[in-house]
Amino acid sequence: MTRLLAGIVLCWPLLAIPQANTVDVQKVLQRDFHARGQATMDRVVQDGLQRVCTESNDRPPAELAKQLEADQMKTIAFPEGSLIGDWKRGERIAQGGRGLTWNDKPGAPADGSCYNCHQLSPQEMSHGTLGPTLLKFGWMRGNGPEMQRYVYGKIYNAKAYNLCSHMPRLGYSGTLTPEQIKDLVGLLLDPASPVNK
Amino acid sequence: MRVAVLLGAVLICAPLAAQDARKEIQKYQQMIAEGSPVELFELEGEALWKKPQGPKGVSLEKCDLGQGPGVLKAAYARLPRYFKDADRVMDLETRLLHCMTTLQGRSREEATKRVFGNENQPSEMEYLSAYIASQSRGVKLAAGHSHPKEKEAYALGKALFFHRAGAWDMSCASCHGEENKRIRMQELPVMSKPQFARPIMATWPAYRVSNSQFKTMQWRINDCYRQMRYPEPNFASDATIALNTFLTVTAAGEPYRGPGTKR
Repeated sequence: MTRLLAGIVLCWPLLAIPQANTVDVQKVLQRDFHARGQATMDRVVQDGLQRVCTESNDRPPAELAKQLEADQMKTIAFPEGSLIGDWKRGERIAQGGRGLTWNDKPGAPADGSCYNCHQLSPQEMSHGTLGPTLLKFGWMRGNGPEMQRYVYGKIYNAKAYNLCSHMPRLGYSGTLTPEQIKDLVGLLLDPASPVNK
Repeated sequence: MRVAVLLGAVLICAPLAAQDARKEIQKYQQMIAEGSPVELFELEGEALWKKPQGPKGVSLEKCDLGQGPGVLKAAYARLPRYFKDADRVMDLETRLLHCMTTLQGRSREEATKRVFGNENQPSEMEYLSAYIASQSRGVKLAAGHSHPKEKEAYALGKALFFHRAGAWDMSCASCHGEENKRIRMQELPVMSKPQFARPIMATWPAYRVSNSQFKTMQWRINDCYRQMRYPEPNFASDATIALNTFLTVTAAGEPYRGPGTKR
């Protein structure tokens, strides 16, 4: 945390400051928004990387990005053993879009919203394009322990690999459980998964 | 309803190549525009505009939407704008709320009890928006951008558009920041660029075929923030008006041709 602050202070002059600065915008959000259901007001308080990414227009200074990515990496607890879960459950998690909004039932299992942005199984035509296609992901990259770890980590906290990625930190934010993330790793890496057929 | 089923059929009849699917969706969009019930909302809105309501028992017919009391022609196309009597930039719904509380003497609480309707019972704001927006057809969008408070609203709206926060670290630009992107099959306009903002802002408010509801810009912003996993924006708050100002100024010059009909 102190390293984070030091980084921000050091790099402050390098960051492009928008017309209304992020502190002002945060105050506006605190004034003009209200908590509803599980969407509580602490969500409008920016953390370090949200602020750095906003102020740098998603182009943070390389040194600072490296430091903050390392901080994010520390948030990931990798489970022991194989990380390849059940791809069939993974497909359902990838299809669904529930979770964390003010009208989702608090405590109910959430989904990954994966198809909103990514192509995965070729049978699913209705997929988004905000993220890269993941068709044949495991078929092209293999499914050894290193690859399992990378995919698990990327889903758990995408910002550990690319600070200003637009992919949500699905494990870190409490959207998905480690079990669910393993099922998604299965969807991407299991040779039997439709993604790799 | 029939068209919704048809869209379902179009989507289920996979595998179509993505290009074909896109063409089918365009065909579908044309079809729904032809059978749109927008006119019914406009008529209902006109009746509400003229209906005496509230403790003062008067209609909204003397409401000043910026072009003078009761002048509806071109009023929507020039919103949001600064209003001296309220010393504030206001969008259509905010101004309507202002008239409901001042002219009609209604309480803010009562007037905002149900701002977003559903398919069985649309809201008063939705009906009124349909009617008032329809009176701007053919008028070029020209939201206020000269008064200091209008400039302030634009700058705040722009900053909000790119501000990343919430449980999923999102800003508006997370989805509306890059060209040729989609969520599922829905194409995403880059709302910070005039060529994309223009056709969109020129067709809101709009009727949504997929859920048989008429939707306003306040709702559009509200539901984006829901999906961004933020807390809920207050209805008619400065933040929502600022965003609307940024988007409408970005779309300036486009002839208004709504209320539109969406998927």
